[in-house]
Amino acid sequence: MIELEDIWRTYQLGDTTLHALAGIDETIQDGEHVAIMGPSGSGKSTLLNIIGLLDRPTRGTYRLDGRAVGGLDDDALAAIRRRGIGYVFQSYHLIERLDARGNVELPLILDGVAPRERRGRVEAALEAVGLAERADHRPSELSGGQRQRVAIARATILNPRVILADEPTGNLDSSSGEQVLALLEGFRARGLTLILVTHDPAVARRAERVIILRDGRVVRRMPGRELQDLERALAGE
Amino acid sequence: MRFTDSLRLGLSSLRAHRLRTLLSVLSIAIGITSVVLLTSIGEGARLYVLGQFTQFGSNMFEIVPGKVETAGLPGVFGGTTRKLSLADAQAIEGVNGVETVLPSVMGQARVEYGGLGRSVTVFGVTSAAPALWRMSVRHGSFLPPGDAQRGRHAVVLGSRLARELFGAEPAVGRLVRVAGARLRVLGVMAPRGRLLGFDMDDTAFLPVSTAMQLFNLDELTEIDVTFRPEVGARRTTEAVRALLRARHDDNEDFTLITQDQMLGVLGSVLDVVSLAVGGIGAGALLVGAVGILTMMWIAVGERTREIGLLRALGARTSQIRSLFLLEATFLAGAGGALGSLAGVGLALIGRRFVPGLPLRITALHVGLALVVSVLTGLAAGVGPAGRAAKLDPVIALRSE
Repeated sequence: MIELEDIWRTYQLGDTTLHALAGIDETIQDGEHVAIMGPSGSGKSTLLNIIGLLDRPTRGTYRLDGRAVGGLDDDALAAIRRRGIGYVFQSYHLIERLDARGNVELPLILDGVAPRERRGRVEAALEAVGLAERADHRPSELSGGQRQRVAIARATILNPRVILADEPTGNLDSSSGEQVLALLEGFRARGLTLILVTHDPAVARRAERVIILRDGRVVRRMPGRELQDLERALAGE
Repeated sequence: MRFTDSLRLGLSSLRAHRLRTLLSVLSIAIGITSVVLLTSIGEGARLYVLGQFTQFGSNMFEIVPGKVETAGLPGVFGGTTRKLSLADAQAIEGVNGVETVLPSVMGQARVEYGGLGRSVTVFGVTSAAPALWRMSVRHGSFLPPGDAQRGRHAVVLGSRLARELFGAEPAVGRLVRVAGARLRVLGVMAPRGRLLGFDMDDTAFLPVSTAMQLFNLDELTEIDVTFRPEVGARRTTEAVRALLRARHDDNEDFTLITQDQMLGVLGSVLDVVSLAVGGIGAGALLVGAVGILTMMWIAVGERTREIGLLRALGARTSQIRSLFLLEATFLAGAGGALGSLAGVGLALIGRRFVPGLPLRITALHVGLALVVSVLTGLAAGVGPAGRAAKLDPVIALRSE
């Protein structure tokens, strides 16, 4: 369970203080599917980074599974990121000089898993995203959708509790995007928490819950299906 | 994270930039090659020089005129300065423990026979010289033993001088002119080679008194003294020193140099040589280190996104740091290995084509060069690796 209590993230830019996040209170249950929406600069990515322990809040309390993470040191945070959180990025972030297998293997390497054990797990993870045939391909030899699926295999190989996806379909055409979303939702169906940042309503409305940010605050929370109603209402005007 | 995995990950990025990797490996390799070559030359020179000095044996010391060890002018307070004389040498023979005493003078003179003449180094010595200077006579005999004043008109020729003047003819018994005086050739020496830089074969040996007269000298150049080892260097030198002081109106206007002191002075000279060699090597290595530093600095800049990704995947800062340190160390280690091989190879080739070259390769030096290269890599990698570890993952992920 993710509990955010009065989370602030401020940046000092010369004389001005910028509030990327200005008091977020939010609880996300295990296994939830949440979409975070909002215009650029509304703090979506900052929020995702804080949930993903890549960034620390300037103020406020973040409890992950009941444990306040604010006091943890860098190594402890790294361990939680490694085992508990899977990241999916808009631009895939694959390492070009490694093939698909090598990229998916990275979390296992960082976690110190024995080489013998790694091989089977990597094959299984690639199999799960339908890319077992492409294990030897470099990222440049794969399509955008395939790259993102490699990234999903990488994000899920250590069986995290949470998947954080920052615009996972932002660079993809609609059919590849659909595949990627279906994959992510499949993992969620097996009990993972799925948190997406998107500004595509078509992506957001598939979520159980949508959180809309503006200027670092939550301005609206609604079930995903209501977003559909809202869209329709807007379209009907 | 396993070491082999870190290595593999690091190697994959080095492979991705082959040319750059090769160049930075070369930058270290050249440094290590020069270090290996320089140290082998330094070590060779050291052994050569030490060998030259220790061939006299260790139970020996020499006395030269003048005081070089302490400041002060002789005779300032009205005391007479006594010259180091033949009588001094004879007196030393009576000191307990002394075995042989060799008074000597040295000069340049023209030696003539028939129509031929040759300018050579002339030593005025006694019959003790062959034993002390490790020389032997090939034809005839050396100067007769006994009173240094006798045997006035005799000369012994070095092997080369004899060959130049007489060719294949026997020289013993002939009369030669040395600095205008007619002297009978008593013997010809066996070839000896160089001794402390002097060609001992292109020489003539005269009785010391004759040489002093010819060169118009009233002082010895040096007195070499050997002593019986069981008496001890300290006791003998002190006894000789006391005797000479007494003979010289209680003035220490001479210098007594023991073998230990000679080796000490030599050692400090050779230390300076080693230091200079080390300095040049260090300079070459520094260039290599700067090469690696630059390469790693660029690599960290280029791989900022990758570093951000690894952090997001749960890499600890210490893992990022060791990843880059390992890369730098590997580069330098590979350079070190390559450089050592090249250095040893060049030294072997050099020895083959220039046989006299004093080259001495020691496993210790090669090993040290390798260790130093690895340390250089570590040192060069610390900055870039630290920078990589300190990157803010959020900013790193966003970089292009």
